[in-house]
Amino acid sequence: MRKQFLTALIELARKDPRIAFLTADLGYTVVETFRDAFPGRFFNVGVAEQNMLGIATGLAEAGLVPFVYSIGTFATARAYEFIRNGPLLHQLPVRIVGVGSGFEYGTAGFTHHVLEDVGLMSLHAGMTVITPADAKQSVAALNATANNKQPIYFRLGKDETYEVPGLNALFTEGRAQLLRDGKEILFIALGTMAREVAAAAEILSRQGVDVGILLISCVQPLPARDLQAILPKYRHAITVEAHTLTAGIGAMVGSFIAENAIPCRLTRCAVRKIPDGVSGSERFMLQRHGLDAESLARLAGSLHAEMPRT
Amino acid sequence: MSCTPTAIRRLVLEEAKRAHVGHIGSALSVADVLAVLYSDVLKIADPGDPDRDRFILSKGHAALALYAALHLRGWLTRQQLTTYCGDDSHLGVHPENALRGVDFSTGSLGQGLSMGVGAALAARMQKSARRVYVLVSDAECNEGSLWEAVMFAAHHKLANLIVIVDANNQQALARTSEVLDINPLAARWRAFNWRAEEVDGHDPPGLKAALTTDSSQPKVIIAKTLCGKGVDYMEGQVKWHYWPMSPDEYASAVRQLAQAEQPA
Repeated sequence: MRKQFLTALIELARKDPRIAFLTADLGYTVVETFRDAFPGRFFNVGVAEQNMLGIATGLAEAGLVPFVYSIGTFATARAYEFIRNGPLLHQLPVRIVGVGSGFEYGTAGFTHHVLEDVGLMSLHAGMTVITPADAKQSVAALNATANNKQPIYFRLGKDETYEVPGLNALFTEGRAQLLRDGKEILFIALGTMAREVAAAAEILSRQGVDVGILLISCVQPLPARDLQAILPKYRHAITVEAHTLTAGIGAMVGSFIAENAIPCRLTRCAVRKIPDGVSGSERFMLQRHGLDAESLARLAGSLHAEMPRT
Repeated sequence: MSCTPTAIRRLVLEEAKRAHVGHIGSALSVADVLAVLYSDVLKIADPGDPDRDRFILSKGHAALALYAALHLRGWLTRQQLTTYCGDDSHLGVHPENALRGVDFSTGSLGQGLSMGVGAALAARMQKSARRVYVLVSDAECNEGSLWEAVMFAAHHKLANLIVIVDANNQQALARTSEVLDINPLAARWRAFNWRAEEVDGHDPPGLKAALTTDSSQPKVIIAKTLCGKGVDYMEGQVKWHYWPMSPDEYASAVRQLAQAEQPA
């Protein structure tokens, strides 16, 4: 996703001289293309994420559109107060690009797992929060938001080739994408978790259970219209996110259901464990937190079996 | 209206008294620096001009002195000034960019210089001769993020960036040298490849000379100041970092300013 996003950004930067790129010394073999294309608009600020966000604020106040790049947790959590008092408070078009959705930096350990970025970036209105599900959608999101005057957070995954079935590079701010119609049970996937959810739906389909899939790739503004239209058609929604439980889409969808009195049960699949230092491959970590396709299929299958027949 | 140190101090005392709020010592500490910046240094045709010089009050808690300077330059009305610390006002204890004339919101220490570095870098990228001035406090040099910005500015030789340290050796709970010693301060900035000058922060001609000298490096002016300068019972007293004035204290402070203005 990173390379295609960067390629698209270079194309955008050819037309838009306001675009600049800052990295906090990350993105080896990814960000050099921008540096080589626009050496005067590329800055490696060193290992200094909070300074990077402050610099971006100063650049944006002067009319530039800086993209700042780091691993998701460093770009958001480390720099949070600079984001809050900088691009957010000043409402300037800074683009924060956080790489490594959920457990993608698996064996690098907890310090590199990106688990609370979406919650942090959504805490205040005035920040657009985008979680593309695949590389093509990340490009669509970049192009669709080129003239957005607000700050934007992009949560990018690392996979370059996978394509979410049925998505076709669609992205609209404030909208969700219904990837699959189903009966009774609706998976709601955050960004790159669409892959596990799509695989879970295939497993369930072979078992004769037909689930729907709604993709949330724009968390803020929350796709309220789509949630309002789709949730009432299902008896049970399962949110799936490689993110902490308290601040992700499970929490947001739960509030939405309650506030709008939608008759739909909710189960939230998210990271619930106390950090304990255990790491491993992304696959292992997803399994450990019940977020892999098999676990999700088992959960949905049992919810389906327990449903009273009407 | 002339943007003089005494005029700034008088407005600071009036508004701090009316609003019954503190941070008076900090505002009096920087009155001379702000008077020189806003009368003689900053090139600002209009606060809305994109090619104006930028000023960042990184020690945002001295905002009242900035509001006074903006008023004396004619960019803030007397009526607006009287909304200081009122309800539904943009004139809070710390400055907000939503107010005309305030380039960046500040209040959390250690952030203004990073924004100033970005502003200076933008000027270079846009091939503009505009300059960026950032006023930080000496205790603010406790913040590690400030030194991140210092390193970036030196590495990129941002000669259009000028920092003023309000070196009043005072912070919220005690003297700066007692809390976390930052001395030798000028030597530390020089070690980070900045040009550093130490000047009397209450000497306008000396300040003006230091602020307007060209440099091929980013430049820091360590302005030696007294917290509460101009009011004898406040000078150098930690209490006046936060404390508001009683009616008697206000009367005494105003009297002292008037006496200082009379020719000797």
